[in-house]
Amino acid sequence: MADENIIKVSGLTKKFGDFTAVDNISFDVKKGETFAFLGPNGAGKSTTIKMLTTLLSPTAGTISINGKDPIHDQDEVRKQFGIVFQDPSLDDDLTAWENMDLHAILYGVPGAGRAERIEELLKFVDLWERKDSLVKTFSGGMKRRLEIARGLLHHPKILFLDEPTIGLDPQTRNHMWSYLKNVNKNENMTVFFTTHYMEEAEKNADRIVIIDNGKIIAEGTAEELKAKTGSKSLEDSFLSLTGHAIRNEEVGAIDRLRARHGGWRH
Amino acid sequence: MEILYILWLRQVKKYFRSRSRIIGSLAQPLLYLVAFGYGLGSVFAKAGQGNYIQFLAPGIIAMSVLFTAIFAGIEIIWDRQFGFLKETMVAPVSRFTIMLGRTLGGATVATIQGLIVLILSTLVGFRPTDFMLLPTAILFMFIIALLFTALGTAIASTMEDMQGFQLVMNFLIMPIFFLSGSLFPLSGLPAVMQVITRIDPMTYGIDGLRASLGGVANFGLGPDLLILSGITLLLLFIGSYLFSKIQI
Repeated sequence: MADENIIKVSGLTKKFGDFTAVDNISFDVKKGETFAFLGPNGAGKSTTIKMLTTLLSPTAGTISINGKDPIHDQDEVRKQFGIVFQDPSLDDDLTAWENMDLHAILYGVPGAGRAERIEELLKFVDLWERKDSLVKTFSGGMKRRLEIARGLLHHPKILFLDEPTIGLDPQTRNHMWSYLKNVNKNENMTVFFTTHYMEEAEKNADRIVIIDNGKIIAEGTAEELKAKTGSKSLEDSFLSLTGHAIRNEEVGAIDRLRARHGGWRH
Repeated sequence: MEILYILWLRQVKKYFRSRSRIIGSLAQPLLYLVAFGYGLGSVFAKAGQGNYIQFLAPGIIAMSVLFTAIFAGIEIIWDRQFGFLKETMVAPVSRFTIMLGRTLGGATVATIQGLIVLILSTLVGFRPTDFMLLPTAILFMFIIALLFTALGTAIASTMEDMQGFQLVMNFLIMPIFFLSGSLFPLSGLPAVMQVITRIDPMTYGIDGLRASLGGVANFGLGPDLLILSGITLLLLFIGSYLFSKIQI
């Protein structure tokens, strides 16, 4: 394989006015890898994901997503990945099937084989029996599973998951990861995720990058990070790298931008 | 094309699934028809203006199209709060297509709402004068619906939450309705009102609707259609521009 790195980030920077949310970071993600992107609140995780997924344009630096450039080749990049956002992004007034069908059409999944693909995925996440139920009748865990199924619908090369297991019970979390491991293996799909649960990163990630104050402060496997800091667990290692001080829940980057411009939208 | 269709279908399905909303939004026009229609009917007749229900019904039909359309546009704020907007924004589809699909869906829903009110108004005594002009009436409803769905979209694109909505309702939508000649004839108005009613785009929608349903027009079908379509195109343009600027 000539090009093993499916995500290439070089010198990536995002400034909001004089605040630097992401400060000249570079990293690569290998094809087929399960990659954890960790950091305390306000470290720049979400801003980075937004830049990788075309929702925000960088101030400086370059990104390559499966060889495509998110700034100039937006639609091409969007076809390469699936995304599960931190907050739900389903239409509650539509059924599970309709949410899937709408996604399939938005992503140009061909009509022939579309229904089969939806069926396959709904069965895969154990929601086939509920395919005609409105999503508003679903529990948090069911919605998450549906979102993962939806994210996989168009055979993405990369799946981005922004704190996918927040608020889920251990059973659901476990289930979810077994689904993801499965696709990761069978379709050689790259998984890029953020989380605040260190044991989740330790258990599932092939490689970890820790970001703080907009800069990458550590990179490696869980074992390497633990060895580097002389810690027993990834949690201890994380704390020794990023400090024990509690971070103030920073407002999101967009809110910060709005506040600078008079905040009338509030 | 399929993308436009599925986004359109989404709006229409959501409309028919919210039965309580449909019924709730029919109460107001019915109340207006009964209270104004019967309440002011004799005064209107004494002033030599003829049957008030006959005059009023097209105005009330247009009103329910206006309100439904504005709501359909404003729904973007709900979609933003419930997260669905992100799903469409990160899809490999242009924002213009998304805006257009939504707007066509919203306009369809508002037109259906107008048709239901048209049927209701026949129950209180309204009679369309020329059934040949019914398609023209539907066309007018649809353009009014497009115009105000686009306006709702434009407004919603600049709002974070529903907090500012009351302001929009009281200072924009209600004046658009009340100052459009929906409730009163345009002739013999004081000079200031002459000007205001002619600035209000709704005036031309109602005039066109009245011409095609009741046979009386102030400006004539042609000018009504021309002015209304022009403003609609302008608002579609503004709406899609503001929609394209939404930050997620």
